[in-house]
Amino acid sequence: MASHTMTSVSEAKKAKQTTWQRQRSRTGFLFVLPTVLFVSVFFLIPLLMTAFMSLHDWPLFGERTFIGIQNYLDLFGDRQFIRSLDFTARYTLVITPLIFIVAFILASLVNRRIPFIGFFRTIFFLPVVIGLGISSLLWVWLLNDQVGIINKILLDVGFIEKPQLWLAKPDVAMNVVIVSVIWKTVGFTMVLLLAGMQAIPGELYESAEVDGAGYWQKMRYITLPLLRRTIALALVLSVIGSILSFDQFFIITGGGPRNSTISVVYWIFNNSFTYFKMGYGAAMSIVLMIVLVLLSAVQLFVLRENTDS
Amino acid sequence: MYANTTFRNWQILKNITIYAVLIVLAAVFLFPLVWSFLNSVKTPPEALAVPPTYLPTRIVLDNYAELTTYGRGGIVRRITNSAFVAVVTVVGTLVLSTLGGYGFARFKFKGKNVLFVLVLSTLMIPFQSILIPLFVMLSAVDLHNNLFGLALVYITFQLPFGIFLMRNSFMTVPQEIEESALLDGCTSVSVLYKMLLRLVLPGIITVAIYAFINSWNEFLAALIFMTDQDNFTLPIFLSNVRSGLYGQIDWGALQAGVTVSIIPSVLIFLLLQRYYMNGLMGGAVKS
Repeated sequence: MASHTMTSVSEAKKAKQTTWQRQRSRTGFLFVLPTVLFVSVFFLIPLLMTAFMSLHDWPLFGERTFIGIQNYLDLFGDRQFIRSLDFTARYTLVITPLIFIVAFILASLVNRRIPFIGFFRTIFFLPVVIGLGISSLLWVWLLNDQVGIINKILLDVGFIEKPQLWLAKPDVAMNVVIVSVIWKTVGFTMVLLLAGMQAIPGELYESAEVDGAGYWQKMRYITLPLLRRTIALALVLSVIGSILSFDQFFIITGGGPRNSTISVVYWIFNNSFTYFKMGYGAAMSIVLMIVLVLLSAVQLFVLRENTDS
Repeated sequence: MYANTTFRNWQILKNITIYAVLIVLAAVFLFPLVWSFLNSVKTPPEALAVPPTYLPTRIVLDNYAELTTYGRGGIVRRITNSAFVAVVTVVGTLVLSTLGGYGFARFKFKGKNVLFVLVLSTLMIPFQSILIPLFVMLSAVDLHNNLFGLALVYITFQLPFGIFLMRNSFMTVPQEIEESALLDGCTSVSVLYKMLLRLVLPGIITVAIYAFINSWNEFLAALIFMTDQDNFTLPIFLSNVRSGLYGQIDWGALQAGVTVSIIPSVLIFLLLQRYYMNGLMGGAVKS
């Protein structure tokens, strides 16, 4: 304290300022500390543990033994794993363009200023806020061959002659699940595209019209090029969602018929929590993680471009 | 004149066509929800009729009553479970993301950027791929099969979005407001509590909506962690109704359950649509 009085006023001010800054930086750290703890305990540690577990034979109860990369080697001999990869890839490749096309049509339809348009936007978006699990429980009833309303309608309008078993054939089962998922998720992509479309300056279209451009020319030379990044983002998000699909197959098809609709996450779930081969499940999770990190890198790349413009 | 009227007629025709298409599409989108509801208010035998009826001949709530008898405590217990998990998730997410968002937006400290990237990087790793160790860890401390444990996991899944959105909210508040209060001798905590919270309220509402809807709807983690029927959340309970755990599959009761689970999310969305859409745009488009 005595030395304090002897220093010049400005130095005292400086000293005070640095203590203040030190205090502030400590306060700031304390503010983010709870979040950092949560992320460490419930995300970072599990992440490292997945890698650790994947190198072990890890049953639910009993001895776990270190087996090196044996779980990864086993993947190559696991025919259902290969089938699940193939199925998930096919599902993703079919549903992604479909969601995009339907969303694009919807977005074009609702991208205009006419009365009640907000009402229609809300209705197309509404299924997005319902859980995929819940919507699947709804569709499993709609699609039921005996009590389901879809067969009834198709019979009554003469589209089919006898009730269809929608879930009995592998391809048909995948397609009806796709219909249900499009219903549930297309509103999300629609809103993304709509926001992109609304950001395009109206003058561009006006001057194109003056030059005599028709609908398709405007689409080809204005809308699509200017929506490029939004479209890329919508596609990446949709691919990520499809690769991680589980609820719809667990509930609607139960993986059937004949294990033909078991997605990768579903197969990880079965191995880890039905057969309790948790080490093996962890090895598959690591493979899934690598695929998803690569896709997220693509997403970040797309978004980076977005902020530049 | 003539050209003008044909143009106007053409415009009217075009608008009529657009409305017609919109109405048909709206009907297609609403049809599953409407029929699920209609099936839920049929009498139980009618809800099981083959072929099904379009409209209920009589409107009763028997299917809803039926749901209260399944398992111990029926659907009421599972609604309570889901609501408990959702409330804990919302409160936890709000506290952590408000504090964290404020810290990341307004303070300078060592390692800040690294920590921020760490929090956001959780978005790149799908939670589906870390459920196995989470199950093992929660079991080790007896928090699996525990609604509070499930909520802790949900909070973690919500954090990147919450932190990101709250940090942006705090950054839009002019710094001068805070500085003058700090000069008056207020502590950071009281500035946050007394002044800033009101200003970032829209962000808080958005984060709360997402935390609620996501935890209310979540399926896979709840399916894995909740092994005791008493602790099932609503979607897990209903998926067991569908697989016949409580006797023959009762489609009327199942659709009653679907209706019950849909109502909260849809109501929240319709009432707070603006905040919901802000979150969607902020979360997906900006970075």
